[in-house]
Amino acid sequence: MAGIVGYGSYIPRYRIKVEEIAKVWGTDAESYKKGLMLQEKSVPAPDQDVITMSVEAARRALLRAQINPQHIDAVYIGSESHPYAVKPSGTAVAEAIGAIPEVHCADFEFACKAGTEAMFVAYGLVCSGKIRYGLAIAADTSQGAPGDALEFSAAAGAAAYILGNDNVAAEIEETYSFCTDTPDFWRREYQHYPEHGSRFTGEPAYFHHTLSCAQGIMKKVGKKPQDFKYAIFHQPNGKFPMLAAQKLGFKREQWEDGRLSPTLGNTYSGASPMGLSAVLDKAEPGDLILLVSFGSGAGSDGFVIRTTDRIKEIQAKAPRTKQQLDLSKRYLDYGTYAKFRGKILKAE
Amino acid sequence: MFPAKIWREFPQRYRLEAAKCKKCGKTFFPPRLVCNSCFHREFESIKLPWEGTLVTYTIIRTPPSSFSDQAPYAVGIIEVVPGLKITCQIVDVDLDKLASGQKLFLEFRLIQKDGKQGVLCYGYKAVPVADYNS
Ligand SMILES: [Zn+2]
Repeated sequence: MAGIVGYGSYIPRYRIKVEEIAKVWGTDAESYKKGLMLQEKSVPAPDQDVITMSVEAARRALLRAQINPQHIDAVYIGSESHPYAVKPSGTAVAEAIGAIPEVHCADFEFACKAGTEAMFVAYGLVCSGKIRYGLAIAADTSQGAPGDALEFSAAAGAAAYILGNDNVAAEIEETYSFCTDTPDFWRREYQHYPEHGSRFTGEPAYFHHTLSCAQGIMKKVGKKPQDFKYAIFHQPNGKFPMLAAQKLGFKREQWEDGRLSPTLGNTYSGASPMGLSAVLDKAEPGDLILLVSFGSGAGSDGFVIRTTDRIKEIQAKAPRTKQQLDLSKRYLDYGTYAKFRGKILKAE
Repeated sequence: MFPAKIWREFPQRYRLEAAKCKKCGKTFFPPRLVCNSCFHREFESIKLPWEGTLVTYTIIRTPPSSFSDQAPYAVGIIEVVPGLKITCQIVDVDLDKLASGQKLFLEFRLIQKDGKQGVLCYGYKAVPVADYNS
């Protein structure tokens, strides 16, 4: 059965605490810490973007997959912060990992769902026999406007998955998608920061699609929440994935390993795929995993995944996600953070 | 001019491809057209490892204009295989904690932007070996 042959993640080393942002804008840090369960978030260095983080995550996925990069027939990158407006991220990543020139490249966009979209398509092509291995990457360095609620969560990170038919470490047993036209979050052309529908982003957007997708795929495979060892949901903050899991009937021990957002922030396209990488890092053979993404605009992709014996062989071959999250952190003050993120207007 | 120049250097900047002389075996990074040891012109492409040892370094406090936002920053000479050294920036590090002999990794990073509208130039920079890698 087709599935994940190798995976890798990358988290930048810089962090900023919620208190540091709150003190600049006179907002109440406790409301973010308690209300949205956010403590700190990752920040990309000035020389990091979707292309650089994707290359690092892909190199780690290759360390685990142990395949010849020339056998990768597709490189798909899902992001809403591709460095160029016109020029693919995928070709730069394919060039850097040595997958060129016989490779199909495409950049995907669908707010935070772009990453699982890339996984969905690469998996489909692997299943069809059209490609041998497909590399799907979920990465973002998204920005929130200064002082906006999103500034407390918008973070950076990447996760890469190599999909294939042989040497599979986690089989993908089923996929499912649930999409409607819901204007909860958007960014118009040439605008620097996104707009959002405030409270409209909760019930009709995140929860409706996430819950419907999770219920839809569980019905499709005839499984109940208690059949799964782990469940991972899109995580725009610490609270939403917890509430989604609780509403569906999942217990804390099923969702907490895949919920990185309290100390990572919202990595947008990277969010649920990075949560999956943290779960794969500690999974045992035969574990059943539910992955449900969410992207504004709006839709969710669902995956039912089961690890194989090979998962134990590959876990230690590259840095684990939780270790990157918890170790080697470098904290920033707001001024340096604003400089890093290009939020300071300089003379031309 | 700038896109053509960086495009020619992708193999070395993106994949650390060095040139090994097919006659005498001497390895060059960046690659050369003529071996300076035996004057042979045929080379085999080999990939260097993504880690090495810091030989020496300097702190740049008065940088060229396109690097002015980054100052002060470190540039180091890193030995990646015995006898073969590369020069690059060292980032994500406390400058006062750098020490010759320390292990460094090479990560894929943005090296410079060609102004506001030009191409983005990527390559390698050194970072400290993380706790989770040691
Ligand atoms: Zn020679």
